[in-house]
Amino acid sequence: MIRIKRRWELPAREVTPEPIYRQRRKFIRAGAIGALAMTPGAKALASIQIDEYRKGAITLDDKLTDEEDATSYNNFYEFGTDKEDPKRNSQRFDTDDWTIQVGGECARPGTYALEDLVKPHPIEERIYRLRCVEAWSMVIPWLGVPLASVLKAFEPNANAKYVAFRTLHDPERMPGQRRAVITWPYREGLTIAEAMHPLTLLGVGMYGKTMPNQNGAPIRLVVPWKYGFKSIKSIVGIEFTEQQPQTSWNMMQPGEYGFYSNVNPEVDHPRWSQKRERRIGEFFKRETLMFNGYGEEVAELYDDIDLRVNF
Amino acid sequence: MSLAAALKSAWSKPLLHALCLLPLLLLVFGLFADSLGANPVETLTHETGQWALRLLLVTLAMTPLQQWSGIAAWVRFRRMLGLYAFFYVVCHFSIWLVFDHSLDLAAMLEDIVERPYITLGFSALLLLIPLAATSTRAMIRRLGRRWKSLHRLVYAITALAVLHFLWLVKADYLEAGIYAIIATTLLLFRLQPVRRLASRTSAPTR
Repeated sequence: MIRIKRRWELPAREVTPEPIYRQRRKFIRAGAIGALAMTPGAKALASIQIDEYRKGAITLDDKLTDEEDATSYNNFYEFGTDKEDPKRNSQRFDTDDWTIQVGGECARPGTYALEDLVKPHPIEERIYRLRCVEAWSMVIPWLGVPLASVLKAFEPNANAKYVAFRTLHDPERMPGQRRAVITWPYREGLTIAEAMHPLTLLGVGMYGKTMPNQNGAPIRLVVPWKYGFKSIKSIVGIEFTEQQPQTSWNMMQPGEYGFYSNVNPEVDHPRWSQKRERRIGEFFKRETLMFNGYGEEVAELYDDIDLRVNF
Repeated sequence: MSLAAALKSAWSKPLLHALCLLPLLLLVFGLFADSLGANPVETLTHETGQWALRLLLVTLAMTPLQQWSGIAAWVRFRRMLGLYAFFYVVCHFSIWLVFDHSLDLAAMLEDIVERPYITLGFSALLLLIPLAATSTRAMIRRLGRRWKSLHRLVYAITALAVLHFLWLVKADYLEAGIYAIIATTLLLFRLQPVRRLASRTSAPTR
């Protein structure tokens, strides 16, 4: 392979524990505004502090994607449509005091602080394949909590057939939203069975650290058997619905992006093949696996539907 | 030195050669320096494709430039620019064949038949071959009048190339749209009434 690594320069983050360098950045920022603002303990430093997590709760034999690649090659149109845009344009994105609005068919609707949703549950490290609809893929060690355990706390009722998710809509903070590339806010959805599936994760970090802004800080979905765009980022709204919710890519191109969007090498995107994918870090393409390799766990969810029709 | 003299000077063509080869050199350098991003194959594919299209448009700009400026020397660069456009198209195609299809010709043909945007791109490549093959002085002389008709194919090729780009856009049409507008402008210029209008508004100084 013709790939010469030039990464001898050890970034500061590799020799400094994360809470400390985050604090340092925070301090520098606070200092710019005025040293008075920096009262110790006045406010939680980051929305989510990851002090400990269960290492290797779910692992894979696949080689991990280089962290630098996973954090600099992103589809997150809220920060621009080029792959390098999210990293460049999200550095000052402030996720402190993040809240999530919960509503719809459940007994406990309301506005919840991010910490209150995540803290009751132990954080797990799970290594998942990520397959983008654009035919590239990564292998990422996520940190998060099962979505099911968070959702159950809201006590969804019998009418809750689907869960709808919404990304923050704030063009001031998300410069990509100043252009109407898609209809903001970004929307996604799952069936209740998909949402409650043990593989479905609410991600709050990756590579042992808090979620980088460009990867969907502070909290995002990770649904490893579906195309990446289903794993909605920077979530501010969760709603239990009886009807199938609208989802952004499906609203834009219903013939190309279905509600389910399960990874399926047998069903091509109308404009390109989904049979193969390029694993980031590799030059040649490899075969794409049915349900991204999670068929054993999730295929039964789709026993009763035709995946060619419900793509 | 006047612009006309500069364009006619002995170093104008070597300089243009260097400029046309620069994108390729930067890509090769980037490949070995690992600076083409997380997906270097995609970067190579997109960059060679875009340079092919840019050079095609620059080629098409030579005749209008000649007419607007009244400097005949612009046309001296047309063949060279066209051949470089062809060269970048061949790079673009080869990268796709090698890295996307691992040289599997059957898979490549299936893609060409089934994916309209690839059909368009591949047609543009095929149509460029006779133009490149008849770009020598001897062929120009041999084909005479027919040479000019044959080389009008470049208009169709440009349209195919722009459509090839537009057709693979997922949501953001800005970049491909800019190419489409430039291409349309250059093609409109080929229409008699438009050209007459343009030459009237800018009085050439000879």
